[in-house]
Amino acid sequence: MNIHGVRAIYRFEMARTFRTLMQSIASPVLSTSLYFVVFGAAIGSRMGEVGGVSYGAFIIPGLIMLSLLNESISNASFGIYMPKWAGTIYELLSAPVSYVEVVLGYVGAAATKSVILGLLILATSRLFVSYEILHPFWMFGFLVLTAVTFSLFGFIIGLWADDFQKLQVVPLMVITPLTFLGGSFYSISMLPPVWQKITLFNPVVYLVNGFRWSFYGKADVNIVVSVGATVGFLVLCLAVVSWIFRTGWKLKA
Amino acid sequence: MPPLDAAVSAPDAIVAVRGLSKTYKSGFQALKRVDLDIRRGEIFALLGPNGAGKTTLISIVCGIVNGSEGSVTVDGHDIARDYRAARSLIGLVPQELSTDAFESVWATVKFSRGLFGKAPNPAYLEKILRELSLWEKRDAKIMTLSGGMKRRVLIAKALAHEPRVLFLDEPTAGVDVELRHDMWQMVHRLRESGVTIILTTHYIEEAEEMADRIGVITKGELVLVEDKHTLMRKLGKKQLSLQLQTPLQAVPAGLEHWPLELSSDGGCLTYTFDAQSEDTGIAELLRKLNGLGIDFKDLHSSESSLEDIFVSLVRARA
Repeated sequence: MNIHGVRAIYRFEMARTFRTLMQSIASPVLSTSLYFVVFGAAIGSRMGEVGGVSYGAFIIPGLIMLSLLNESISNASFGIYMPKWAGTIYELLSAPVSYVEVVLGYVGAAATKSVILGLLILATSRLFVSYEILHPFWMFGFLVLTAVTFSLFGFIIGLWADDFQKLQVVPLMVITPLTFLGGSFYSISMLPPVWQKITLFNPVVYLVNGFRWSFYGKADVNIVVSVGATVGFLVLCLAVVSWIFRTGWKLKA
Repeated sequence: MPPLDAAVSAPDAIVAVRGLSKTYKSGFQALKRVDLDIRRGEIFALLGPNGAGKTTLISIVCGIVNGSEGSVTVDGHDIARDYRAARSLIGLVPQELSTDAFESVWATVKFSRGLFGKAPNPAYLEKILRELSLWEKRDAKIMTLSGGMKRRVLIAKALAHEPRVLFLDEPTAGVDVELRHDMWQMVHRLRESGVTIILTTHYIEEAEEMADRIGVITKGELVLVEDKHTLMRKLGKKQLSLQLQTPLQAVPAGLEHWPLELSSDGGCLTYTFDAQSEDTGIAELLRKLNGLGIDFKDLHSSESSLEDIFVSLVRARA
């Protein structure tokens, strides 16, 4: 195990975050605050409780997930796309590091950022609404699991993308719609019956509900399925990354 | 699989390339069954025109490009099976100035050392940066540096993990005289410390100035690998051409043992001699020709340079 190599990549990536503090941390926190002002305070005050929880508190897990998914993907995809774009990838390819070490460095750093961000949003939301966390251990577990899984997914997008547009297309065209339609802002029991069925095909529903369960002990779907689906996706992403590094797909001529 | 005898024929080889071929997805064949041994501690110059396969060869050895066929070992470690050990020994200075714009010089050099699995050693990194006149710039962001300085940064990165084999891909392309001089000095210093250096270039003077051995590559084939001094001896030859007043049928009697050659039309007599020797024999030859009553209307002498050899080799394969 090339521990020095993992540490070098991890530090490099974390340094990049702190260089772009406004972009990496401040702007997601700000945009989440805006959601709270609009949905939580302005609109939420006119809405009833959802499943015994005030609307403002109800949307917290969903909002955190929204940022967590987007930031994990964009951080990790950007992290590996930049060296490809700038040509500095030559050093990574010529270094005595295995793909496991590369992934630990890049995905580890991206996931760390996302977890920090998630906790910051959680702290920020305290300023707007009061909430409780029934299962703090599970809450943190979901946070880490989701951050790691989607950082890994973002890492694959970064490997796959060969221009900036491709880098943006998955978060914008796939993740954002899935998150908005994934029960971040509503309980799926509020949907018409047909849509209640259709929405079960949206993987984000399971992430949001699992996470919400750790807060309020209530979920629209089975919590075991939530964890299982996330872990399954994580394993799939790992397999893809391992295949990419074995074959050199998009990395080596 | 490489033939066993080839693999053991050069015990002093630190890099052994056997039957290496590379065909890109486009169908372009960049390397055609290249065999090459780089000796431990030597400076080897790989000379060839653009697109000859120099960078492809280096890139395969360093792990950036996958070879299609053949094998490469670095100090006995196969670059595919035992890539960790092989790559730890190698430092690469790429041709392109690919750098992290926002990083500081110090951070990027420190990163390189860690990436290659070495524990931090600030004193060693300081020594490298001082040798490359980068120490004053250690806190500067790389994007604020000039092209020459960026090239120095790339060299510092390649040396950060104390490699035993250093690849320099077109190290002096677009580099000013001062840096070129510094680089040559550094290469010689590295060689004294036992580092093997492989450089690619299309500047023939650079190969002459720096290398112990020279390999010429063109169209993916290694057409010549020669000790520089042997090559220089070949270069030391000069030729004197005499345009005769009247064409001859054959080299005149009495001059058979002279290294003379008659052109096919009999109108030109060419004398090959060693430019370095005290007595070139020109005066005597001219006296003899005079004695034989052979007149000439014009004469000129020419020197075959490495460039001529190189050009003729490359042309022959074109």
